[in-house]
Amino acid sequence: MTTEATLNKPVKPVQGITVRLVGDSGDGMQLLGTQLTNTSALLGNDVATFPDFPAEIRAPRGTRAGVSGFQVQFASHEVHTPGDTLDALVAMNPAALVTNLADLPKGGLLIVNEDSFEDKDLKLAKLKTSPLEEPAMENYRLIKVPMTRLTKEAVAEFGLSVKEADRCKNFFAMGLVYWLYGRNMDATLRFIHGKFGDGKSVIAQANEKALRSGWAFGETIEGIGHSYSIEPAKLPPGTYRNIMGNQAMAWGLMTAAQRSGKEMFYGTYPITPASDILHELAKFKNFGVCTFQAEDEIAAVCSAIGAAYGGKMAVTTSSGPGIALKAEAMGLALMLELPMLVIDVQRGGPSTGLPTKTEQADLLQVMFGRNGEAPLPVLAAQSPGDCFEIVQEAWMLATKLMLPVIVLSDGYIANGAEPWPIPDVSKLAPIPVNHPEHNNNPDGPFKPYMRDELLARPWAIPGTEGLMHRVGGLEKEDGTGNISYDPDNHQKMVNIRAQKVANAAKLLPPQQVIGPQSGDLLVISWGGTYGACLTAVQQAQAEGRSVSLAHIRYMNPFPSNLGEIISRFENVLIPELNMGQLRLLIRSRYLVDAVGFNKVKGKPFTVRELVEKIHEHSKSPSRSPARA
Amino acid sequence: MSIALPVLKADDFTSDQDVRWCPGCGDYSILAQMKKVLPEIGVPPEKTVFISGIGCSSRFPYYVNTYGVHSIHGRAPAVATGLKLTRPDLSVWVITGDGDALSIGGNHFIHLLRRNVDLNIVLFNNRIYGLTKGQFSPTSVEGQVTKSTPMGVVDHPLNPISVAVGAEATFIARSVDSNVKHLAYTLKRAAAHKGTSFVEVYQNCNVFNDGAFAYAQDKATRDDSTIELEHGKPMIFGKDRDKGIRLNGFNFEIVNLAEGKIKEDDLLFHDEKAPSTLVYMLSRMRHPHFPEPIGVFRDVVSETFEEAVRGQIDEAIAKKGPGNLQKLFMSGDTWKVS
Repeated sequence: MTTEATLNKPVKPVQGITVRLVGDSGDGMQLLGTQLTNTSALLGNDVATFPDFPAEIRAPRGTRAGVSGFQVQFASHEVHTPGDTLDALVAMNPAALVTNLADLPKGGLLIVNEDSFEDKDLKLAKLKTSPLEEPAMENYRLIKVPMTRLTKEAVAEFGLSVKEADRCKNFFAMGLVYWLYGRNMDATLRFIHGKFGDGKSVIAQANEKALRSGWAFGETIEGIGHSYSIEPAKLPPGTYRNIMGNQAMAWGLMTAAQRSGKEMFYGTYPITPASDILHELAKFKNFGVCTFQAEDEIAAVCSAIGAAYGGKMAVTTSSGPGIALKAEAMGLALMLELPMLVIDVQRGGPSTGLPTKTEQADLLQVMFGRNGEAPLPVLAAQSPGDCFEIVQEAWMLATKLMLPVIVLSDGYIANGAEPWPIPDVSKLAPIPVNHPEHNNNPDGPFKPYMRDELLARPWAIPGTEGLMHRVGGLEKEDGTGNISYDPDNHQKMVNIRAQKVANAAKLLPPQQVIGPQSGDLLVISWGGTYGACLTAVQQAQAEGRSVSLAHIRYMNPFPSNLGEIISRFENVLIPELNMGQLRLLIRSRYLVDAVGFNKVKGKPFTVRELVEKIHEHSKSPSRSPARA
Repeated sequence: MSIALPVLKADDFTSDQDVRWCPGCGDYSILAQMKKVLPEIGVPPEKTVFISGIGCSSRFPYYVNTYGVHSIHGRAPAVATGLKLTRPDLSVWVITGDGDALSIGGNHFIHLLRRNVDLNIVLFNNRIYGLTKGQFSPTSVEGQVTKSTPMGVVDHPLNPISVAVGAEATFIARSVDSNVKHLAYTLKRAAAHKGTSFVEVYQNCNVFNDGAFAYAQDKATRDDSTIELEHGKPMIFGKDRDKGIRLNGFNFEIVNLAEGKIKEDDLLFHDEKAPSTLVYMLSRMRHPHFPEPIGVFRDVVSETFEEAVRGQIDEAIAKKGPGNLQKLFMSGDTWKVS
């Protein structure tokens, strides 16, 4: 397979490009975006993505409700966000155009499928006149492409139905975008032939033709004077691949299982945006992964408890509504003191909320959403690739402390993608797990709640002779595990369970600060806002402001040095995609007057709005130069 | 020379915990029969796990010296499913009650049965909420006066056996707490069945619903108000064994054998492998219109859930070889940065 290499038009080198592709949810925008991302990553660019789609599978065609989008930034430097401002917007219909145009700055490149701006299309988008005819269009470099017609002509030779031919137009758009940004078509051609069958499949051939025709269109059309080139990014050396958050989560779980010599049991119930973890794991039965799609969220978590009691690496996943349902069982797991992982891929709430949109509003739910004094360790992934790391850390904690551990992700991380340096599996240290084989009590029956120096109890598993014991949700006597209603014992057990969670801090690295270790403003972020917060802080630092970033991955317990770090800064700003949940925790724990920057729009932060907020809360460099 | 294997006794299955049920509770009898049959089943204590939910019956695991989980209300079937799926080597029992299994845990109960996980579920049915002190349960009869229904229950009760038939359980049985021989036999049959074995036990709550099953327990009435199902045998009941059940069209009818007009051969012969329609009809035989069947309603063989799930894992390993993480990570499109 070859890519047309002879370019007749000049090529303009740029550092990075942000493109958003928008169309009907049936138009294949997510596919187009994923292909563009993979291709860019293969070219060595750093990439960050933001897929944004409606909760409905196929909202009525051509309507605003059905608009699906995919934004990707690819660059010759490190990028941590999918980009604030668009360099180009590709809109497949009027609804997609009008709902996204506000994000395209003046002078931006606007590519539209002009065939889909007929009266009926305008009506579906609730428009009286065509936006293409409006004077505002002069603000943009508008390229009207008759994509439907050109695609139909290009694939005419294959004898496809009208519908089938029409479906090829996203590949035409893709070809044009590939030409524009000097993207190599090979990976996408491999994808087309892999997905739609071998070289003999007419659908595959037609899609290839559409892709190549889009490329050729860019090469020949007069409206576009030049294409762009983006050099590879200078990433740390290694072998890379592109990875999405949910995929990284699944792979991390499998790696944790292998490192601990455990079979993984994965009990779950489908829910957006967590289901892809199930889909991914279900593919890998040959790794010994046992996936169980339970009848509901409660059965999912309870089946995991059963597997944990049996000595397996037990995992359950969900999103906010499902975590609410699992709360009682999480309390049980905490009482049983069994290791397992509970993963919450957050979405917009409350209730059903915004299933396909991102939010960070489950923090307090996972911290406190259980009856009684029921603390649990909580970890939060910061990027798609970090999902791989964090579940392994969580499993290490769970086994060392004999506790369920909660891992937070979110819709933005789950569906986002980034280049991922592939680890050398042989160099990953084992996660040691012990199951006792002998009675720990010379004077009587086995004591299931005897504790080690971290207060963890022994993980004795059924099948072991002489260690029969019963565990349950009723308060139990320390040591024996027998039911106990003794007031002092209850106080003792509550204290022990809290101390166990606190002991996690001893097993985790201290909090890092990006930037000066003291100064004017400390930005504290957590979860999927890492990329945007880091970029904004770096920008402010470059302006000479005294601003540092502490991005927290360990939400409970907080890293032991966090309070001390906070005390070294004059001001604290906590941006969150919620109404101030981490801020509440930080303020109450460290008695610091932290201010929040809070947004709940189902969208990630833009770097620009974060920088504005940082400006608001930090001294300008002229008056107070940054302290190193 | 042979080494004598240790013979297990009921005491080997007795834990060191004091039993805390009310004096006179039917649960004692079920516990005693369980401890009696466990050694006969022959699975050692360390390979046996009792899992329960919440309620009086669910304290059961504390009283047997095996492994055990006293879980949360209604969820024991889910906990047990996760355990059995990953540890098929264990003998797993679920102990539950009418509220636990049919009200709060109704969903898990039917899904456990339809999946046919190889474990045994014993439902202590006392037609009342005991541990919360006397509210009606999903098996309470219409009109029953309880603390939460001073004017009588208006809910239509669930019939646990009918529910089990609807979920296509592969083993369905009923016994009575006071009928100790029958109970022991039924528990052994449940243990012997491969797949989910469901046993409903009529259990007297002498504090909140005393005598709910008197018709099936009292020596004076039980022969006329229950009928013991025996595989391959005609359905005969009555103190003098002079009454039988006959199929008349789509209905059952009680017939008199004493008159001599109707012979045993005319009666319905119980068949544990019968199609579920017939099993359902048996489940609808209710006192006082019919004698209530006790015994094994259904015992059929079907692939168990864990066999099917583990089978797919084995098949995947056989086809693709054991998984290799490094190979997986390197699969697809990768690039090198130097």
